[in-house]
Amino acid sequence: MDAITPPALVEALALRDALPADRPLNLSRRGLLGASLGALVLGVALRGAPARAQAAAAGGAAKPGTRVPAFLEIRPDGAILLRSPFVEGGQGVSTAMAQIVGEELDADPARFVVECAPPGADYMVVNGRRLTGGSFSVRSSYATMRQLGASARRMLLQAAATRLGVPLDSLSTEPGRVVHAGSGRTLDYGALAAEAAALPVPDGAPLRAEADFRYIGKPVARLDAREKSTGKAVYAIDLAVEGMLQAAVQHAPRLGCEPGAIANEAAVKAMPGVHSIHRLPGAVAVVADRWWRARRAAETLEVAWSEPAADARNVMPADFSSDGMRAALAAASGPGNTAETVGDAATALKGAARTVEASYDAPYLAHGQLEPPSAIARWNADGTLDLWLPNQAPEMFQRVAAQVAGIAPEKVNIHSPMLGGFFGRHFLYDAASPFPQAIQLAKAVGRPVKLIWSREEEFLRDALRPMGLARFRAGIGADGLPVALEAEAVGEGPIGRWFGTKPGAADPSAVEGISGKPYAIPNRQVAHVPLRNPAVIGFWRSVGHSMNDFFYEAFFDEMADAAGQDPYALRLRLLAEKPRHKALLEAVGALSGGWKRGPYEAADGTRRARGVAMASPFGSEVATIAEVSLKEGEVVVHDVWVAIDPGRIVNPAIIEAQVNSAVALGLSSALLEEVVYADGAPQARNFDGYPILPPDRMPRVHVRIVESGAPMGGIGEPGLPGVPPAVVNAVAALTGQRIRSLPLSKTRLGAA
Amino acid sequence: MELIINGTPRRVNSEADTPLLWVIRDELGLTGTKYGCGAAQCGACTVLVDGQPTRSCVTPVESVAGLPVTTIEAIGEDPVGRRVVEAWVAAQVPQCGYCQSGQVMAATALLKQTPRPTEEDIAAAMTNLCRCGTYNAIAAATRQAAQG
Ligand code: FES
Ligand code: FES
Repeated sequence: MDAITPPALVEALALRDALPADRPLNLSRRGLLGASLGALVLGVALRGAPARAQAAAAGGAAKPGTRVPAFLEIRPDGAILLRSPFVEGGQGVSTAMAQIVGEELDADPARFVVECAPPGADYMVVNGRRLTGGSFSVRSSYATMRQLGASARRMLLQAAATRLGVPLDSLSTEPGRVVHAGSGRTLDYGALAAEAAALPVPDGAPLRAEADFRYIGKPVARLDAREKSTGKAVYAIDLAVEGMLQAAVQHAPRLGCEPGAIANEAAVKAMPGVHSIHRLPGAVAVVADRWWRARRAAETLEVAWSEPAADARNVMPADFSSDGMRAALAAASGPGNTAETVGDAATALKGAARTVEASYDAPYLAHGQLEPPSAIARWNADGTLDLWLPNQAPEMFQRVAAQVAGIAPEKVNIHSPMLGGFFGRHFLYDAASPFPQAIQLAKAVGRPVKLIWSREEEFLRDALRPMGLARFRAGIGADGLPVALEAEAVGEGPIGRWFGTKPGAADPSAVEGISGKPYAIPNRQVAHVPLRNPAVIGFWRSVGHSMNDFFYEAFFDEMADAAGQDPYALRLRLLAEKPRHKALLEAVGALSGGWKRGPYEAADGTRRARGVAMASPFGSEVATIAEVSLKEGEVVVHDVWVAIDPGRIVNPAIIEAQVNSAVALGLSSALLEEVVYADGAPQARNFDGYPILPPDRMPRVHVRIVESGAPMGGIGEPGLPGVPPAVVNAVAALTGQRIRSLPLSKTRLGAA
Repeated sequence: MELIINGTPRRVNSEADTPLLWVIRDELGLTGTKYGCGAAQCGACTVLVDGQPTRSCVTPVESVAGLPVTTIEAIGEDPVGRRVVEAWVAAQVPQCGYCQSGQVMAATALLKQTPRPTEEDIAAAMTNLCRCGTYNAIAAATRQAAQG
């Protein structure tokens, strides 16, 4: 068997290679912006010395994730500041980090304040690199963060032993304090923090036995629920710095066009509040005292846009359309680059009793995170630059910001506020982030500048989930079982686009979800047929799985139908040798009250049917069942049952919430979403033209978490890929219509 | 122009057709009310104007002069608002949280007008978008707040 490396690993490797080899230590400043962050300024800190001095003392050579003072500060009142390697954007990672560190530190997670750490070698805990994505955060850092908490606890115990003049092993802890059982004396962590910080970080501090966990594995309440329910949570778009101006842009209609003459420049300059008008690469900008004034002025500008030079790179062609792209994908022929080979599919197909063929496709998608992108840039008197911006990878943004600013990376202070949703939106993509514009504008006006992209500008410059297409051929044997499967995934994945793939190698982000399936089909051939997208593409929640599991699992049902087999029963049969998958499929069957495909009549008189799908995304395993009916030609999804096996877990409540969230986004993509391009321009510039799932189309969601004990998998993305195929398979069972092109809203459905 | 924001008279000098949202956020510095679309699509900008849930991104500021405007910052001053917030926290509704100011304001407006809403009432009133898909938790918390 010639299997490819697990996609998640390849992704991490690709990202590692994209990071700079020498990373600056830049721990000198704190989040000092705005009243909300002011609350984090601490009194006595666990780190006793300024961070820069500490970093220098450590030579910057400490193993990432070990230098306790870089991560933890404990206040006199016992509140704990944790500088997390990860950014919180709704996935609950801040709470999970507090649970993991708190478990070993022996401190209640509720006492934690978690913020995203600045760039720095200490925080490269994702196998030596740092990003928030790929559903990597908890599983990659779990052991490191546990050990970090244990080390901190050990330092506090040592400080207490010295203070009390007793042996360390006569001391124990309870949440937030050290206890000397012999004398009944206790010392709060807050009172020991300064002394503890002066101690060396110990090696091999003992870990708590898993059987004694009080926080890990428990539905600990999110740390941010109250501030987010009262409008107090602060996102990048809410921040302000002293003396700042605000800016808005009008982007070129197509990437590659540049601003020429502005017909009404003088008139716009005279509009209320306008400070100045600027030409930027691919955009014009207005700086004003308030954002609405800047925005109104920016959209009023009448700009003559130049056509791109013939040899320019990264250009959106004037005749580009998504229909044209779909046709190009369909026309791109194989064999392509091999991703998976098992047995001899070509020969087995020739000998099959019958064959089934189909081609599937899925459209471009927008991220549609509810917080529009923004950035604040402030040049400081000492030549350094402060940047506040939504991002999923501070070191990568620091490096590019330094190039834009023309200064050394260590002179760029990156602040990473909480994200108003991300789903892959806030990685680095060409021309897809406002911060380069903010840097240039702040330089030009000599004052801090806050730039917000309007929703319309965001729809114009989002990095899209690529359009994709897959062709399948399956052979069914005389015994009614599949003997061979050939698949070609046509298109491009974001890993290939942004990190490159070896010549002749499949892009894992283009084939994941078609390769790596668990079914016992003895002869398989999966290939990637590369075709570049003129549109800027990016990572979108569950990446290649977001469409590939739809392609594969829907085609699986076609195979089952051709073989005259029930699709659930056929899956079970082909998973007979895969106990983890088989158990999960049985779990989702039981959760849904026992598998039944239908159609059948429900209690309310509607005709309904169910579909099933499996997916193996990001180290987790997922089985999904959906129940649908039709109403006026549109599909109604009543219930979605999800059994998820992430191996082992940190917070079941957050997992259930993330599965709900992933079901909503997966269903949104299946039912409604499609970025349509015509004449080089996206046709929708707001949610009126790009509908996303509204509340009245949200199904009930039932989640069963199965802890198989396998290595820990991801949580943020895995709930998504099974939803579109489960729904489409249910529609096929109900109507006999086999939908091979998403979204479903393109097709009027009629009852069979 | 004089506005009444959270019970306090505030003089503002924005142009008369400026959306209320940007007066609240930029001129008055109350950033709990969010900008999501600017086109009455998402509801992230929901405030109460004279008790009515209102998408402030498409509401010219001059149209609310002299009318009481309530933003999320004053949610704790209203007994129904407090109940809604407690239900939101108990149900652990927020994920990214960006839509939740608007969701809490919409639920508060509903329960002030209809203390015992039916499922249909909830569906009709709670139309704000949530990209994180917290809809089931929102509905559950709204029901809970109505009972509490
Ligand atoms: S910002 Fe007002 S409805 Fe979206
Ligand atoms: S919680 Fe993220 S948009 Fe609603």
